[in-house]
Amino acid sequence: MLRLEKRPQPSRLWTYLTPVLAVVLTMLCGGVLFALLGKDPVLAIRTIFWEPLFSEFAFYYRPQLLVKGAPLVLIAIGLSLGFKAGIWNIGAEGQYIIGALCGAGVALAFYPLEAAFIFPLMVLAGGLGGWAWAMIPAILKVRFGTNEILVSLMLVYVAEQLLASMSLGLLKNPQGFGFPGSRNLQQYPSAHNAELLAGTGMHWGVVAALIAVIFAYVLLNRHMLGFHIRLTGDAPRAARFAGVSPTRLVLFCLGVSGALAGLAGLFEVAGPSGVVSIDFNAGYGFTAIIVAFLGRLHPVGILLAGGLMALTYVGGDIAQSKLGLPKAAIQLFQGMLLFFLLAVDLTTNYRIRARRKEAS
Amino acid sequence: MDLSAINPTLLLASLMVAATPLLLAAIGELVVERAGVLNLGVEGMMITGAICGFAIAVNTGSPVLGLVAAAIGGAVLSLLFAALTQYALANQVASGLALTLFGLGLSALIGQGYQGIKPPSFPKADIPFLSDIPFIGGILFRHDFVVYLAIALTAAVWWALKYTRAGLVLRAVGENHDAAHALGYKVVRIRVAAICFGGACAGLGGAYISLIRVPQWTEGMTAGIGWIALALVVFASWKPWRVMLGAYLFGGLTVLQLNLQAAGVAIPVEYLAMSPYLITIIVLVIMSADKSRAPAALGRSFHASQ
Repeated sequence: MLRLEKRPQPSRLWTYLTPVLAVVLTMLCGGVLFALLGKDPVLAIRTIFWEPLFSEFAFYYRPQLLVKGAPLVLIAIGLSLGFKAGIWNIGAEGQYIIGALCGAGVALAFYPLEAAFIFPLMVLAGGLGGWAWAMIPAILKVRFGTNEILVSLMLVYVAEQLLASMSLGLLKNPQGFGFPGSRNLQQYPSAHNAELLAGTGMHWGVVAALIAVIFAYVLLNRHMLGFHIRLTGDAPRAARFAGVSPTRLVLFCLGVSGALAGLAGLFEVAGPSGVVSIDFNAGYGFTAIIVAFLGRLHPVGILLAGGLMALTYVGGDIAQSKLGLPKAAIQLFQGMLLFFLLAVDLTTNYRIRARRKEAS
Repeated sequence: MDLSAINPTLLLASLMVAATPLLLAAIGELVVERAGVLNLGVEGMMITGAICGFAIAVNTGSPVLGLVAAAIGGAVLSLLFAALTQYALANQVASGLALTLFGLGLSALIGQGYQGIKPPSFPKADIPFLSDIPFIGGILFRHDFVVYLAIALTAAVWWALKYTRAGLVLRAVGENHDAAHALGYKVVRIRVAAICFGGACAGLGGAYISLIRVPQWTEGMTAGIGWIALALVVFASWKPWRVMLGAYLFGGLTVLQLNLQAAGVAIPVEYLAMSPYLITIIVLVIMSADKSRAPAALGRSFHASQ
């Protein structure tokens, strides 16, 4: 039998090793899954993880990695701050939708005016929209002690309905021949979040994601507030004695994660997606939770994890079209990753020893 | 708008049907939380139960077998959560989320071939004599047996928690796992059993949606009912009868909202459709003032070495 022995301190080695181990285990289990679906497991894994980076068509796929990875990293960075302090914002998907709606709303209000101030104004609106949506669970939490997990999640469904209502009503393209969906922002130069360097996939969202990573790194390592966040997560009682205000932390963590999710939504609607439509949201808000944990809630880790998760999206698409691998299999694959990660995380805090015979 | 098109008998009868999946999932989660475990994976277990039940019912032609399969499916999935939180000592919030994400993917994968199929229909109980009572008979006594099973389950859980030794032990584990451990109770085993029960109930609730309430399979068809069930447990202050009251209230709201949509009220459909979620939030706000009823060890991991 095996026995667990608590480590006096979390193992640094295992902190770095567990994500790698989880990815390897997921690949193995995913391979079995793909084999059960009647696909060649080695070929499938190769298609997902190798093809987008190094195949002959990689020049086409690599920009896609940035496009998919940017929103994931942006959202996950915000979420990780809260997760560190034990503040669970599960509703990033809703904040993402509201950010996109606000940003697109500003753009469409000015249509067809061409001016330099429109895009910055949209960015502001997107961030504020996401922030405001996240402030609902935040204020309810600090004022009434309401569970932020449930409230933020309920607001995802509310936001989805709002999105449907907007794309069928207020934001609908008046020249769209009655089809649902807004005007295409890609055809509105002042509002278009275009590629900064053609053909690279590099748009303002990618820049924002990189800035967010640096910002979070500095905050967590060099700033008092970041220290308070870590302290609250590791030792809530000690944090209270040290005078950390939980109210401020809740408002800050939910606010930042909401604003970043809103920004991610805005950059998506103004760039790669272009239109507000009923099926605009693609689950980035939920996948970002996996990214945050896979990155061990560390900014640099999240950057790497976001890249890996983008790989499963892009590679998954290739495997879908080339091998006929169902989309749901990729979704399951991502879910499995979080499972394995949580399971192998045990080794960070505990030693696993063979049970010795006890003296009788 | 024509409100007279809403038939009160049908409205109240469909209220009971709409409330049943919620009640099943919430009563299961109540037991889990009374044992001190917060399982946020209800949504994932429900949707997995929904597709397991649907697939088995379609392939065997027996809806009852489908329900059994759904309960087993939900319970098996919940074992994953149990392994993570009870043996690998993972964070319960994160593990619950993982369960939901995993369950949504798994159900979508299994359900690929089942879209647009009609499951075998479920026999209605139609209790003799009682169902002939005007008005009340139509509301209360013409349902499938699962509606009554859910009510019976609520009564059983209430009785077991209040009057049996097993219930007392379960509550002890949920209130103070160290004390329960010191008394010689197997904390982990009891919790795993509770998680399993919760998973079976959630699976059953999911299958009720896909086999009886809707009845067909679409991806993500539980649409947040699992999360509402979680909120319901808080609303009920962890008491079985209050869970039932809450489930029937929410069931009523859902049905009323659907009826208003059909009657063509001036409020746009989307705003009516978001009302159950908004009301859940409002109820959570009202109920969260009093936290004293929550099991004291809720959400905390237990390891004998600590």
